[in-house]
Amino acid sequence: MWDFIWNDFLVTGEPLIYGAMASIVLVTVLIVFVLTYFKLWKWLWDEYLTTVDHKKIGIMYIIAALAMLFRGGVDALMMRTQLALPGMNFLNSVHYNEIFTTHGTTMILFMAMPFIIGLMNVVVPLQIGARDVAFPFLNALSFWTFFFGAMLFNISFVIGGSPSAGWTSYVPMAGPELSPEINQNYYLLALQLSGIGTLATGINFLVTILRMRAPGMTLMKMPIFTWSALITSIIIIFAFPILTIALALMTMDRIFGTHFFTLAGEGMPMMWANLFWLWGHPEVYIVILPAFGVFSEVISTFARKQLFGYKAMVYAMCVIAGLSFVVWVHHFFTMGAGAGVNSLFSITTMLIAVPTGIKIFNWLGTMYKGRIRFNVPMLWALAFIPNFTIGGVTGVMLGMAAADYQYHNTYFLIAHFHGVLIAGTLFGMFAGLTYWYPKMFGHKMNEKIGKVSFWLTVIGFNITFLPQYFLGLMGMPRRTYTIEPEWMPLNLLSTIGAFILAGGFVIFVYNIYFSARYEPREKTGDAWDGRSLEWATTTPVPHYNFATVPYVNSHEAYWDMKETGATTYDESKLEPIHMPNYKGMPIIMSAIMFVASFGLVWHWFWLAIPGLIGVIICMVIRSFDYDEGYHVPIEEIKRTEEQARGRKE
Amino acid sequence: MSEHAELKTGPLEYRKEEGTLTILGFWIFLAAEVVLFSTLFATYAVLFGRYGDATPAPELFEMPIALAMTFLLLTSSFTCGIAIHMMRKESLKGLLIWLSITLALGLGFLGFEIYEFVHYVHEGASIQSSAFWSAFFTLTGTHGLHVTLGIAWCLLIIIQLVRVGLTPTTARKTFVIGLYWHFLDVVWIFIFTAVYLIGMVV
Amino acid sequence: MKNLVSWFKRLFMVPGLFALLLVASGCSGITVLDPKGPVARTQQELIIFSITLMSVIIIVVFVLFFYMIIRFRERPNWTDKDYDPHQHGNTTLEIIWTVIPFIIVAALSVPTVTSLYALEEPPEGSDQEPLVIHADTSNWKWYFSYPEQNIETVNYLHIPEDRPIEFKLSGADSMTALWIPALGGQKYNMAGMQNTLYLEAEEQGEFAGRNANYNGSGFAEHTFTVTSESEEDFNEWVSDIQNNAPELTKERFDQYLEPGLADEAEYSSTHLEYVDFGENDGRSYITDLYSGDLGEDVHLYGGEGGPWEEE
Ligand code: HEM
Ligand SMILES: [Cu+2]
Ligand SMILES: [Cu+2]
Repeated sequence: MWDFIWNDFLVTGEPLIYGAMASIVLVTVLIVFVLTYFKLWKWLWDEYLTTVDHKKIGIMYIIAALAMLFRGGVDALMMRTQLALPGMNFLNSVHYNEIFTTHGTTMILFMAMPFIIGLMNVVVPLQIGARDVAFPFLNALSFWTFFFGAMLFNISFVIGGSPSAGWTSYVPMAGPELSPEINQNYYLLALQLSGIGTLATGINFLVTILRMRAPGMTLMKMPIFTWSALITSIIIIFAFPILTIALALMTMDRIFGTHFFTLAGEGMPMMWANLFWLWGHPEVYIVILPAFGVFSEVISTFARKQLFGYKAMVYAMCVIAGLSFVVWVHHFFTMGAGAGVNSLFSITTMLIAVPTGIKIFNWLGTMYKGRIRFNVPMLWALAFIPNFTIGGVTGVMLGMAAADYQYHNTYFLIAHFHGVLIAGTLFGMFAGLTYWYPKMFGHKMNEKIGKVSFWLTVIGFNITFLPQYFLGLMGMPRRTYTIEPEWMPLNLLSTIGAFILAGGFVIFVYNIYFSARYEPREKTGDAWDGRSLEWATTTPVPHYNFATVPYVNSHEAYWDMKETGATTYDESKLEPIHMPNYKGMPIIMSAIMFVASFGLVWHWFWLAIPGLIGVIICMVIRSFDYDEGYHVPIEEIKRTEEQARGRKE
Repeated sequence: MSEHAELKTGPLEYRKEEGTLTILGFWIFLAAEVVLFSTLFATYAVLFGRYGDATPAPELFEMPIALAMTFLLLTSSFTCGIAIHMMRKESLKGLLIWLSITLALGLGFLGFEIYEFVHYVHEGASIQSSAFWSAFFTLTGTHGLHVTLGIAWCLLIIIQLVRVGLTPTTARKTFVIGLYWHFLDVVWIFIFTAVYLIGMVV
Repeated sequence: MKNLVSWFKRLFMVPGLFALLLVASGCSGITVLDPKGPVARTQQELIIFSITLMSVIIIVVFVLFFYMIIRFRERPNWTDKDYDPHQHGNTTLEIIWTVIPFIIVAALSVPTVTSLYALEEPPEGSDQEPLVIHADTSNWKWYFSYPEQNIETVNYLHIPEDRPIEFKLSGADSMTALWIPALGGQKYNMAGMQNTLYLEAEEQGEFAGRNANYNGSGFAEHTFTVTSESEEDFNEWVSDIQNNAPELTKERFDQYLEPGLADEAEYSSTHLEYVDFGENDGRSYITDLYSGDLGEDVHLYGGEGGPWEEE
């Protein structure tokens, strides 16, 4: 028993891991202490853990994403330290492999995804004039399954050992024959758990956007960020079931002895690569399109001009979404499918550059004849344009299959996808967060500190990743734990850049603290002279969002309202507002799913089966739940609105 | 959130906005299910004929069983349609009767499927035998699991119908399970064609 | 108009210069841009062509970008004169920047497709038949079998210069990729199937070769060296092995298949006698042999004079 706990259950023998364990325990104790000392448990449960309010759920997503960015960032710094010099002995090969696996998986699935979904949650209902999403209960469930999925993934490094097959988890390496240990099961079940939540989010937002828009807001009058959320939701709905199946099949291979991807029994390892990237490529567009949406909003607001070529922007996103499903083979041009197949997928891949190019030029066009303010959200959006262009054109180069034989699996590829993920997704999320921050928290983020953080990040990013293009061309493969002497100078440079980049991130987080304490409170509700409906609400946003929903005439609804002096509070039209009740079920149900998945990871059916039964019981209880929410009485709406608008009217 | 106003005319399940949203959401969910089953069909196609050392499928497949299953499920889809028709006519009793018949037919289908699986395992073809058999059991089994869930869910709805009668909420729930049931029927037709018909021939 | 033309000329000169710079610096260590054989050259030319074209795009975007943010920034003595908040698009412009990318994609597609087809054939220019070498891998070793010569080497490779090599790629376990950057791009080795990769060296010398596709804890050491030598030297090397090296017995080869690292070695027979991993039958050879023992890891450390194994 103790032997099992010490040798198999807990990961032992690594000083770094002991350090991590100690810090986890410490932080947990600290949190519990603070919550207990300040008597915050009840508040936490009532206001957040049981909430179904899209604004609070969005905030929880974003906090989780920032925490995961921290985890993934620490992984990155450890990798860069090991790669700084030849002969470094900081991480051995086994440990390094675990770390790049958790880094990649965390960054894509537990950082980029929740960040995007978080912003969608906060912003989309406000932009379309809705009181919440279509299925608030399901929304909470989505968040909690994501959250527990992320937790499951993150405990792996102290309990049982981290997966180490890369975020792509190619078989047969990741299969039961070559990786019999349980580590890989964490990857499978954690992604499965959070994947279910993501799929539900996709459905939820599609229905919300299709059915709950303000009167007058036709599809072509939607704010562009909402458009990006709509298209992202559609991609999610068509891509995530593929991941669900791929993960399920590998799980069955590993736990129930099936032969989908194995060497024995005539399994077909290549099928995994196909299924994975059939989901994986659309996935990268899931994480970039909402960022595009943010940039469109930010650039138009801060250039004080409406978006240039609104329709072209929408069509471009639709084309990108379509193409994203027919390019997956570019991730394994080197599999030997033949010149015909590779030619076809080269061309489809390069075609994505066309709609992307259109978008870039339209953003430039938006600034033309504008009056540009350089606030921090705008800085992130501006930095995106040149940096993303570099990442994008190298993507085109990678798409040329004959040349890709030389780039594939090298640092050239690493440089490319960080170019698009960091300069695209991450800058986009930072832009979005700083932009909507006043709406979420009632005060801006400090501009001075924000600028320091911005410049460090942008400079650090370029120092880190530009040299990697050259390293790739020099023959340095990705996922190697050690470097050759001739690759040293550029690697050292890259490592220095990584620490600068990390500095930028630390300052960003510090700014959250600083601003909460010292930034002046935001009173108007319209912090940036905005153009779409979210700025029409008061700050803080009342829990029902809109007392009365205005009639919308253009994709810049609030801009029009400002011209006519309309508000979202029309006393003559007040009606009681129907709102859903908060529920404990989503968090409880997700926690039970967590337990069941944990059991499956360890092949402990005595734990997994009761867990599954628990989930079913929850569903039955939910089926019998006829709670239809409550109505906010007119009196209360009046009181709330008059208090918030008192100084205005 | 939805306006609380409840329409006085039109199909019961659409009278509340909540009903409209849920039904649309369910349609979209079914789209995701289509992708899910398509992936399983693709897997089955890729692994087709990869028997390894295990028995090839044509030696085991039995047309009568597959036909019986098809018959049961198709009929159940029909009875389910009648049930929804009864609901439209606001006949709770008719609805309950036809739902129960649907349920019974579904159980019959499941019985045959379980029998079939047990039979194959006896003949030495289990989910662990080879790539083909893994794909076969997973594709048909996933469908079977959906049917099982459908039956359990239908039971819950029958209980609720008995307890609270026909309201916009229970009508919505019934309508949704109806959609689900028809969907499973369609998937089965594809399975019957792609797995049994083609499997017998090739 | 004349202004515009010269402006465009200048625009193309910059990336041209940049590309030249890259080629020049290629000699000083950018392996992929300093090809040592016809395959790598095809790819290098394609890469240089794409870099040139891409630089044009980058320059256009950068120029426009800085023009916009400088010209239209809000500044103290700002006037309304060229502020146009109601401008919502411009169809002509939008058509232009849709069509031009299409043309660029077409321009990139043509050489890509022709190179793709060319790479499926032995490189042109040599009148000799390709030399066939089976390159198989298992965790974390390379086995090069020369069926004609009936010899096999472990973790190193000799090839005659100026003769196309036809690699038959396959493997016993994890998916890997044979990559010799100086000679050309990579292709995957997969159990139970065979890929063909043509490469050729035009120079004598030593080149680094490796598995480029991550396959677990020994990945960084899953490398080999390539020696390209004259026809005579090569033949001498072959007959030396044929005469002096031991035979590769089945027991010996099965030992190799256990996960781990191995030293360079040579044998006067090949493992193809026992198993061909390129055939469907070879797919489960290793799992039949070692079911359960294939999960072993090697712990490689960078320090203290190079990698070594724990325990
Ligand atoms: C602090 C900034 C970052 C640094 C210094 C960094 C560095 C690295 C390094 C060194 C690798 C491993 C290369 C290898 O050995 O194969 C890597 C892989 C990866 N990174 Fe990052 N990274 C950073 C941020 C990000 C972000 C923001 C994302 C996603 C949004 C991301 C996504 C990935 C992915 C997907 C992989 C591939 C993992 C795999 O191959 O399994 N990284 N990164
Ligand atoms: Cu891709
Ligand atoms: Cu293959």
